[in-house]
Amino acid sequence: MPIQYYIYLSLALFSIGIIGVLTRRNAIIVFMCIELMLNAVNLLLVAFSKMHHGTALATDAATTAGIDGQLFVFFIMVVAAAEVSVGLAIIVMMYRNIHSVDINFLNRLKN
Amino acid sequence: MSITQIMFFFLSALAVFSAIMVLVSRNPVHSVLWLIAVFFAISGHYILLNAQFLAIVNLIVYAGAIMVLFLFVIMLMNLNKESEPNKHIWMKLAGAISGGCFLMVMVSLVRQAADFQGKEALVGTGDIGLIKNLGKALFSNYVVPFEISSVLFLSAMVGAVVIGKKE
Amino acid sequence: MSKFVYLVPLFPLIGFLINGLGRKSLSKSMISVIGCGVMLASFVVSLLVFFDVKANGATTVELFSFIRSADFQIPFAFQVDQLSSLFLLIITGIGFLIHLYSAAYMHEEEEQHFGRYFAYLNLFVFSMLLLVLGANYVIMFIGWEGVGLCSYLLIGYWFKNDQYNYAAKKAFVMNRIGDLGFLLAVFWLLFKLGTVTYGDVFSRVSELSSFDITAITILLFVGAMGKSAQIPLYTWLPDAMAGPTPVSALIHAATMVTAGIYMIARSNILYTMAPVSQALVAIVGLATAIFAATIALKQNDIKKVLAYSTVSQLGYMFLGLGVGAYTGAVFHVMTHAFFKALLFLGAGSVIHAMHHEQDIRKMGGLKKHMPITHITFLLACLAIAGIPPFSGFFSKDEILMAAFSANPLYYYIGLVGALMTAFYMFRLYSLTFLGSFRGTHEQAHHLHESPSPMTIPLIVLAVLSVLGGFVGIPEVFASDAHSLENFLAPIFAESNKLAHAHHLTHSQEYIMMGVSTALIIGVIIFAVTKFKKAADVNDENTGVAKVLENKWYVDELYDNIIVKPLHLLSVFLKNILEKNIIDGVVNGVGKLVGYGSRQLRLLQSGQVGNYILVMVMVMVIFVLIWFNDITIMNFLKKLF
Repeated sequence: MPIQYYIYLSLALFSIGIIGVLTRRNAIIVFMCIELMLNAVNLLLVAFSKMHHGTALATDAATTAGIDGQLFVFFIMVVAAAEVSVGLAIIVMMYRNIHSVDINFLNRLKN
Repeated sequence: MSITQIMFFFLSALAVFSAIMVLVSRNPVHSVLWLIAVFFAISGHYILLNAQFLAIVNLIVYAGAIMVLFLFVIMLMNLNKESEPNKHIWMKLAGAISGGCFLMVMVSLVRQAADFQGKEALVGTGDIGLIKNLGKALFSNYVVPFEISSVLFLSAMVGAVVIGKKE
Repeated sequence: MSKFVYLVPLFPLIGFLINGLGRKSLSKSMISVIGCGVMLASFVVSLLVFFDVKANGATTVELFSFIRSADFQIPFAFQVDQLSSLFLLIITGIGFLIHLYSAAYMHEEEEQHFGRYFAYLNLFVFSMLLLVLGANYVIMFIGWEGVGLCSYLLIGYWFKNDQYNYAAKKAFVMNRIGDLGFLLAVFWLLFKLGTVTYGDVFSRVSELSSFDITAITILLFVGAMGKSAQIPLYTWLPDAMAGPTPVSALIHAATMVTAGIYMIARSNILYTMAPVSQALVAIVGLATAIFAATIALKQNDIKKVLAYSTVSQLGYMFLGLGVGAYTGAVFHVMTHAFFKALLFLGAGSVIHAMHHEQDIRKMGGLKKHMPITHITFLLACLAIAGIPPFSGFFSKDEILMAAFSANPLYYYIGLVGALMTAFYMFRLYSLTFLGSFRGTHEQAHHLHESPSPMTIPLIVLAVLSVLGGFVGIPEVFASDAHSLENFLAPIFAESNKLAHAHHLTHSQEYIMMGVSTALIIGVIIFAVTKFKKAADVNDENTGVAKVLENKWYVDELYDNIIVKPLHLLSVFLKNILEKNIIDGVVNGVGKLVGYGSRQLRLLQSGQVGNYILVMVMVMVIFVLIWFNDITIMNFLKKLF
């Protein structure tokens, strides 16, 4: 598979994530869009890892080149899980306080 | 057109369509479900790329744990009705346009990038994605980050509990 | 002794401080004792310095470093040489007499104003001493500005009268115009030579191009025009009569107006090397001499006549400077200081007796009431008219002789001016002292001779006016008898070397002296007989006389061609430019910033979505700029 295809796919998913963040007001949906963007990156990392591995295989049959990319994905998932747990806790607290998950109410930064 | 190619395009189409549906769904529960579909498509891609471990972890962690957490929170807040007020139309348009511009610019960048010309991602073969190999790397070269990530988890857990606790 | 020269200006400064600060608590007698005492002390030190210079020659006393920047230095130094020590004597000596006189003259003033008066007077003398003593143009400029300030303060001494304040402002502004020229000249010197110290400037004058020298000297002369009341900046001096009479005496005789003469005499080498400037000085001086003399012919205010005569005499001094007779000019400064101080103090005495009446048409016959004033005034008139052997004869003669050898036309015009001088002085004398009294009955009843503090200075000055000329006996009478010239020789040595003076023959000199003296005596007799009866003094003037009475309408001319357009321009600037454009710009900038800030503030909405939107946009722009070979058009072309 040409690597560009994976890149295009990842870019498409990433951009959809961006558009989601920009256009939705529901904090949970925004959060989900961020997860989508993370996954787009994950996919790209795996694709690059395989690309790298493929080129390395041509010279050395026993190489493990490219495994770093997949481990990165693993760590990203770890971080994402932690992030989601904290983020959802924040959203819950916010809902408890203002009875809404509309991010437009979260404009305290202005002051 | 080989079966892998057919699978690739099918999964890509599914992923993009589902992602768009995540956006356009009014009901957050539907969004969650569409996002799970995206994750499944991505896991399919991982399998295509012979990254079985990640495919499984993706399903378990994302589609399983995280999305269930999302659903759980949505249910908890009773947000399944269309309660979201509409954003200003101009803001929506601006968001869509700038996101589109981003996509366009990046795609044109990739198209013209010499580094990617003629490069292939190894599909179907290659064994670095197997649990055995990943495990070896993880517990040799990456053992310190791995342990640190456990600390991260612990702190995230504590943080979530502290934040979510009622005063 | 020259080491202690700083005492000379220090004493008046101390007097100024004591009288200025303590004017509310000191008694009048205290104030006058301090005011006169410091002047006397200063005079004594000046005398010692003078004899020291005479015996040991010139020195420079450096007190401290005034301005220092890298290798550029302006020391606060005093130049003690023949010229400055002579001026010191004139300033402190006549200054002391005027202070003494003032103590009696101003006795009616309130205590606090009395103190203020003496403080100003002391400061005035201090500034003038600084001007004369400074060893570079910057110190001179400090004194130069100081006398300008003090003249403003003293002319406007009776500040409750708007007219006087106006006169003070006029003097200040006119002086300021001249000062600008002086300042420019100093900067020019600094720029070209990097030094303003006299010694350095004069020894390095050959490094300057002739254009530079001409420009510098002309600019310096502009400064002198302002300070020494030459055409076109002379109109402030007659108006300066608004001040108390002793102040007029001080301004006219000892301080202020001689500053310009001193400065040019000091810079004589520059002028000698710039023939164009010299010619300009001579012509302006001559024009002023004649012009002011014509005006003086028809003035009826006793002080105004004297004021115009001062302008005229200053014109002679500039004529002398312009034709290279530097010694003659300084000589005339000296003799003029004697007789003009005497004239003003005499006039003050008359005014005092007449209860502040200054119109000579209302005087007459004061001869028998005020014998001392009368005699001294007459001597001063003879001196200024140039009757031998009074002092004015020698100095004026010396200038006119030099003018003749430079250009006979100068001489003839100058002689006409001298005749006019004799005429108006004796018109003044006759109307004031001869004939019968024309004032009110009450004034006649109160006529009295002035008290001794006023008459003593008159007598001293009268003696000086009579004998002062003998320090400069021309060579034609006695060989090597011009002691002043010998004394000042070191100052003007360079100039005299450069200038090729061709001396007149003795017979020529005799003829010219004889003719001029005869003419002047004739004019005096004519004037005395004409005005003794004072028959037509109250007639309305017509024709030329009217023009002269109105001072050639110069004030009106200045008013119309300079003041009014400037005023209109200012009104225009104030109403149109200031209000609409300047204010518009200033307020506009303010409003623009305010508006821009309000708009920018909207960016800080606090809404995460907006921030992310901006972030994405910037990312897009960033990529577009970073990979600038990728354009949207390029992409679209490839896409389709």
